[in-house]
Amino acid sequence: MSLLRVEGLRTCLLSAAGIVRAVDDVSFDVEAGETFALLGESGCGKSMTALSLMRLLPDAGSIVGGQVLLDGRDLLALSEAEMRDVRGREMAMIFQEPATSLNPVLSVGRQIVEVLERHTPMQGTAARRRALELVDAVGIPDPARRLDEFPFQLSGGMKQRVMIAMALAGDPRLLIADEPTTALDVTIQAQVLGLLGQLQRDRNMGMLLISHDLGIVSQLAQRVGVMYAGELVEVAARGAFFASPKHPYTHKLFAALPRPERRGGTLETIPGSVPPLTTIFSGCRFAERCPRAWARCREEVPAWHVASDGHAVRCHLYDPEQAGESGRHRAAASVAPFSTDTGATSPPAGAPLLEVADLKMHFPIRKGVFQRVAGQVKAVDGVSLRLTLGRTLALVGESGCGKTTAGKAILQLLRPTGGSVRFEGEELTALPPARLRALRADMQIVFQDPYGSLDPRMRVGDIIEEGMAALDTASGRAARDRRIDELLERVGLSAGMRGRYPHEFSGGQRQRIAIARALAVAPRLLVCDEPTSALDVSVQAQILNLLKELQASLGLAYLFITHNIAVVEYLAHEIAVMYLGRIVERGTVEEILQDPKHPYTEALLSAVPRLDAEGQRPVIVLKGDMPSPANPPAGCHFHPRCPRVMPQCARAYPAETLLGGARSVRCFLYE
Amino acid sequence: MPIILWTDALVFLLIACGIGSGFYIGRREYLLASWRRVGESRAGMAALTVLAAFIVLGLLDSLHYRPRLEAVAGQPANGYSSEVRSALDALLLPLRSGTEKTYSAPLATHLYARETVELPDGTQARVFPRLRHGGAHLQDPVEEWARDVSWKVARGLAFAVLAGLTFAAIAVQAAALRWGVGWPAAWRRIRRGETQFAWNAVLATLAVLLLLGGPVAALAGGYHVFGTDKVGQDVLYLTLKSIRTGLVIGTITTLAMLPFAVALGIVAGYLGGWVDDVIQYLYTTLNSIPGVLLIAASVLMMQVVIDTHPDWFATSAQRADARLLALCFILGVTSWTGLCRLLRAETLKLRELDYVQAAQAFGASATGIMGRHILPNVMHIVLIAVVMDFSGLVLAEAVLSYIGIGVDPSTISFGTMINTARLELAREPVVWWSLVAAFAFMFVLVLAANLFSDAVRDAFDPRIAGRRIAATAQGQAA
Repeated sequence: MSLLRVEGLRTCLLSAAGIVRAVDDVSFDVEAGETFALLGESGCGKSMTALSLMRLLPDAGSIVGGQVLLDGRDLLALSEAEMRDVRGREMAMIFQEPATSLNPVLSVGRQIVEVLERHTPMQGTAARRRALELVDAVGIPDPARRLDEFPFQLSGGMKQRVMIAMALAGDPRLLIADEPTTALDVTIQAQVLGLLGQLQRDRNMGMLLISHDLGIVSQLAQRVGVMYAGELVEVAARGAFFASPKHPYTHKLFAALPRPERRGGTLETIPGSVPPLTTIFSGCRFAERCPRAWARCREEVPAWHVASDGHAVRCHLYDPEQAGESGRHRAAASVAPFSTDTGATSPPAGAPLLEVADLKMHFPIRKGVFQRVAGQVKAVDGVSLRLTLGRTLALVGESGCGKTTAGKAILQLLRPTGGSVRFEGEELTALPPARLRALRADMQIVFQDPYGSLDPRMRVGDIIEEGMAALDTASGRAARDRRIDELLERVGLSAGMRGRYPHEFSGGQRQRIAIARALAVAPRLLVCDEPTSALDVSVQAQILNLLKELQASLGLAYLFITHNIAVVEYLAHEIAVMYLGRIVERGTVEEILQDPKHPYTEALLSAVPRLDAEGQRPVIVLKGDMPSPANPPAGCHFHPRCPRVMPQCARAYPAETLLGGARSVRCFLYE
Repeated sequence: MPIILWTDALVFLLIACGIGSGFYIGRREYLLASWRRVGESRAGMAALTVLAAFIVLGLLDSLHYRPRLEAVAGQPANGYSSEVRSALDALLLPLRSGTEKTYSAPLATHLYARETVELPDGTQARVFPRLRHGGAHLQDPVEEWARDVSWKVARGLAFAVLAGLTFAAIAVQAAALRWGVGWPAAWRRIRRGETQFAWNAVLATLAVLLLLGGPVAALAGGYHVFGTDKVGQDVLYLTLKSIRTGLVIGTITTLAMLPFAVALGIVAGYLGGWVDDVIQYLYTTLNSIPGVLLIAASVLMMQVVIDTHPDWFATSAQRADARLLALCFILGVTSWTGLCRLLRAETLKLRELDYVQAAQAFGASATGIMGRHILPNVMHIVLIAVVMDFSGLVLAEAVLSYIGIGVDPSTISFGTMINTARLELAREPVVWWSLVAAFAFMFVLVLAANLFSDAVRDAFDPRIAGRRIAATAQGQAA
């Protein structure tokens, strides 16, 4: 008997728009010692499924049907008091955001002991001893000291480890992990994923992993379920799933992933968006967006079709009775064209558009009554870059390494503390504000958060017009209006949308508006600050396609700030890897991805979860967290975490070693 | 001769601003959506109906004029009285002119104090004499009083029912036309609250107001409904006159406060640096002086200025009005710190948002960014603060007048009424009606203002409204 059996689970939410069927007839099993992954884009009902299992739904939600059997006991029939014993004791949950899941005014030890005292007979010192063991088991160094610390004293990765320790405290049989690493950096993600996998094996727990990241799923899961619009559409073992995904939606998800071999081509996108779950579906939910849909898909809800290996899919294409029909459709689909554009982007010769030399951005730390400067946060500490027209330079690094600050300092949104930024030979740092304003039209920025980057009180037309008005690039009302319509069409929206407000648009559409706003003043340099990290994979593909197309047609130069290696592989020509305010390695995308020199680059690349788990190089798990830029380690900043550390690393920061071409690295290994 | 007092001008300015912002909101969907949520709130709309009644009275009381002097025998009528009256005074002429000698209880026919009168037979006796106006139409008060009062109440109620039905009929007719349904269907929808705007709350409140107001109006024709005060003035008249003072204090003070709070708050938050330091020092200093002390000092200084320049004012009403206005400004100047602090904090947050940075990347000027991006995004805080402050200011006036540093003693206000009630309560037998009348009216006004401000806050506060929007958006996205 399986550990967890979910049978026809239905969950509804009441909202102003009507009844939202967030989870609609979902059934799956999780065996002990097995990881089952629920995969899907945002708004597909993954988290609602998890909350329904825990019976922790928001007030507006209720479970209207189905069974949740944990060891044969129906959880939905339990009283709330009995359910409280189940939560934490038999199944526990880890949430996405570790920062808000811990109580900030209690020490972490206290919070773990609370769980222990509630669910086990342990009390007092016994509970504390056990808490110590748990904190040690999740790999937190110096556990005795950490136990008495408060959440704000811990880094994000540490907090997530504490959350895991709390979840493990009741020794649960089933662990539900809801996007456990989405808020974490790649190297920390590798640590946490490794930990989860190991704990699960050691304790023979069942685990329900919820994720939107195919890479994480491939690394951790034994079986995979794909959710779309509130229902499961495909369930398969990991091997079969990644070798031959069946459902058209799954196909699309894979095709939308940016990969190095797709460079030069466009990424596959899914047209439209997930339908609102208030609709009553008469056919397949994916039919409207499916390239292989035919009449039957819109009329009849597809049934489950299970292959011999247990690979189940909910799609008419796999209906045996439909063999002839579906064969035709399948054949049509299998020639999914993928333009492998070999017209390799040749590096255009010429003077660099942007030249950054030894850029420094220090923020003073003030202390005491008189606000004396007690130290410096060296967010950016000597960054040098070169960028030519029509090229993309990716600035890669983890959060807190100073890459966003560097981007803003280059645009003079922050006035750099030192160094030089030359735009077409003109020194920006010394420019008087009036001259700088004139140059602003040449360099623009696209931000990460599509929700925060548009003023909610302004219409789309006014938002796009703002730059033109401020910089006076298009004179006359009529000329500007024409330009706005043109831009909206250019980024794939319609001119009729200019009168609407940002809240009426989805994340992807908002990002298009933000790009249109930047393009309005005809810039030549576009700083893209993680423009796709808040978007779903299929939407990310749309935005990446758009950026690529704009670069080809307008000859823009992109400074692409990101932590997402997959996007870099797809889009960038050159890479600069940043660690703690300094660039540790530079080179073309091929050089760096094929043959990373710096140990940090190596670790960063190996930590990215890959789909082809078998062919992956071993993950280099880095110890600890990134140090604070206010107090960087002596010598090479990376040496406390470096797997190849040498005695001299602690003494001095390595100088730049040129390795031919544009390639350079700052590491003693190559001196 | 019409007279526009300073406060009148500002009240009209406020109304103009209100109408202007009405048009502004009408063109902006996101603002309209919030106001629609206010319109959906039953408590809010009931409160707004009550407030509207108060505002109508206050506005009537803001139309001032100086009556032409009656031609006195032998002299041509070519002057204006030095007394300034309002449209409300004209409407309430019987109440205003029907003064008694001294205290009389509500609906009484006799004075509340004994008087020595000379009887027809030449002896003297101490009796409660008949009132000059209250119940003067009764031949035998003891016999006829109860019948007369009930008759008048019945007439008032009948009138109220009639007026209420007329209003309801207008509303139903409008609704029927709008939805294209018959009267019964329209009425059913309104009654069951199926309309988006809370019409049923408005109509119910209106009915209650009419049922209370009708009998009072009918009785006021022959009696002093709330009695009379020490100098025989009708207390109902005094309370009605107090409404304007309360409204003026509550609204004009905000008008005086907003420029400081908004400009300084946004500038401090956006520019930061030494500007921020200066503004912060300013409001921390101001905040650390006890409020009442500061107000008392300012009011006393202002009083000295006014008293030493009697030539500035043509009439005593103008002088009292100047004092009222000055009080508003003093209250405003001393109470902007709270809102300023809130706005500074919000601006600090907004300043870091991407759309502000995007505007900076376009080289937009600081004033442009503050005006285009910051101000519209903090307006909900301003609005919430204004409606929440209103009731506080009405109460503050009462307190200040009570301790003698409020409005001019000749200005009728809740505060001055409560101040005189202090002596009345100490007297034996106790005179309770002035205090009760002032208290009841002020209570209703402040309660209505509070309920309305709650509704506004619920609709505009992103923490509350956002939850609702998020739920809706989630529903749509999911």
